[in-house]
Amino acid sequence: MTRETGSRVPHRRDILDWLLGTSFAGVLGSVLYPIGRYLVPPEIPEAATQSVSGGKTTSLPPNSARIVPFGSAPVILVRTTAGEFRALSATCTHLTCTVQYRPDLEHIWCACHNGHYDLSGRNIAGPPPRPLEMFDVSVKGDDIVISRRT
Amino acid sequence: MAQSPAVWLKERLPIDPVAEAVRHKTVPLHRYSIWYYFGGMTLFLFGVQVGTGALLLLYYRPSAGEAYESVQFIMTRVPFGWLIRSIHAWSANLMVAAAFAHFISVVFLHSYRRPRELTWMSGVVLLGLTLAFGFTGYLLPWNELAFFATRVGTDIASAIPLVGEFIVTFTRGGPDVTGATLTRLFGVHVAILPMITTTILLVHLALVQVHGMSIPPGIEKSLKEDGGAKLRAMPFVPHFLLREMFGWTVALALLAGLAAFYPWELGAKADPFKPAPAGIQPEWYFLWMFQVLKLIPPTIAGINGELIAVLALAVVGLAVFFLPFLSTNARRQRIVRSLGWAALLFMAFMTAMAVLTRGSAAQP
Repeated sequence: MTRETGSRVPHRRDILDWLLGTSFAGVLGSVLYPIGRYLVPPEIPEAATQSVSGGKTTSLPPNSARIVPFGSAPVILVRTTAGEFRALSATCTHLTCTVQYRPDLEHIWCACHNGHYDLSGRNIAGPPPRPLEMFDVSVKGDDIVISRRT
Repeated sequence: MAQSPAVWLKERLPIDPVAEAVRHKTVPLHRYSIWYYFGGMTLFLFGVQVGTGALLLLYYRPSAGEAYESVQFIMTRVPFGWLIRSIHAWSANLMVAAAFAHFISVVFLHSYRRPRELTWMSGVVLLGLTLAFGFTGYLLPWNELAFFATRVGTDIASAIPLVGEFIVTFTRGGPDVTGATLTRLFGVHVAILPMITTTILLVHLALVQVHGMSIPPGIEKSLKEDGGAKLRAMPFVPHFLLREMFGWTVALALLAGLAAFYPWELGAKADPFKPAPAGIQPEWYFLWMFQVLKLIPPTIAGINGELIAVLALAVVGLAVFFLPFLSTNARRQRIVRSLGWAALLFMAFMTAMAVLTRGSAAQP
């Protein structure tokens, strides 16, 4: 009899412990879930930019470059020594620094970790793992237009 | 009859037992005792950071449009604003140095061993939090250097397969470093990190009180060889505390000197449409990592080089965290000491390389 009672009491207690434990887990979950979701930033849809103005041809002498905003991303517009225009993504494929044109080397360089790219965007030296994305450049009169490659 | 304030307080607060415990607290005296001061020094500099940080909050504005200008205002218009900001920046550097010295001394003196495993683990977390304070605070002036440092620092996680991109977006508050990142890191720097740090710091300090100061195994061994000779000790109050306070005063004078003669520069305002400037480098304590990232090839045996670096760092971090369970006997302690020296030399070499090649744009 005593043994029976002895075995029944812990059994009841186990159920109560389980109920309390699951309730506690439920409360904890209902507190942590919204906090977790709150911490993840919402996606903000951005209108996809297809083309932007690269300014006037006269404002960019040969063997020089400038950074042009393409939506929220930077694009580097280069005028080669031969006078040709090239546009490439200015975000280094290594660790996302903004690249620059080096007139002395006549190619693109990233100052952060010494990454080098040629004017076709190919990663030619240093740590960058991938080439830079190329953009199309068209010249209409004196105006330069940079557009995304389709 | 009116009670004296001391008696009134003693009736309401456990002053006597605390005073009794303090009276019995001692610090062992041996040839490595100097290293006992670095924990207290880190704590003092943390106090300086909390104080100066609270003062900076009164003028600082955490938005991309106003952050740089508000720091400029602090530096140029607010009376002694230059002093408060420079002390905050310099003290951050000294705090990292003090925390690192404390960490190194605990490794080399094997103070992490039983029963101080939890003290060690909480200390490793605190060192990580100190670096996180440095990283999150660095962006807040919204200058060029900070902007690219944050871009690079947050993008390192993108090398991790599956979750990498999510971690980057999560830390940046969006896909790129923008005003959203600034606001997010500001919140982390002034609210979340202080909350976590204070909690773990209290645990760490409580554990130090529970276990007392560790005596290096070498000293313990020589005492045993001397036929169980007793180690000399110094009372914590006032002997050790006064010496500590002397150190803090020197640190404060050093901070004032650094702030006065080398005020922390603000640099140019961050512009996402400007290229990263030549010669860009992170703070001295991240230089070795910066140099590794510079040297590591894009792929090693077909695997992303950056991923290998991140994995290696994670493995080292885990080994350091669980060090007390790995270094359990004299032979293993010798291995830890050798590995410690190797790691220090590697970091020193990489740092020196980064300093020497600063500003030189190597040819491809």
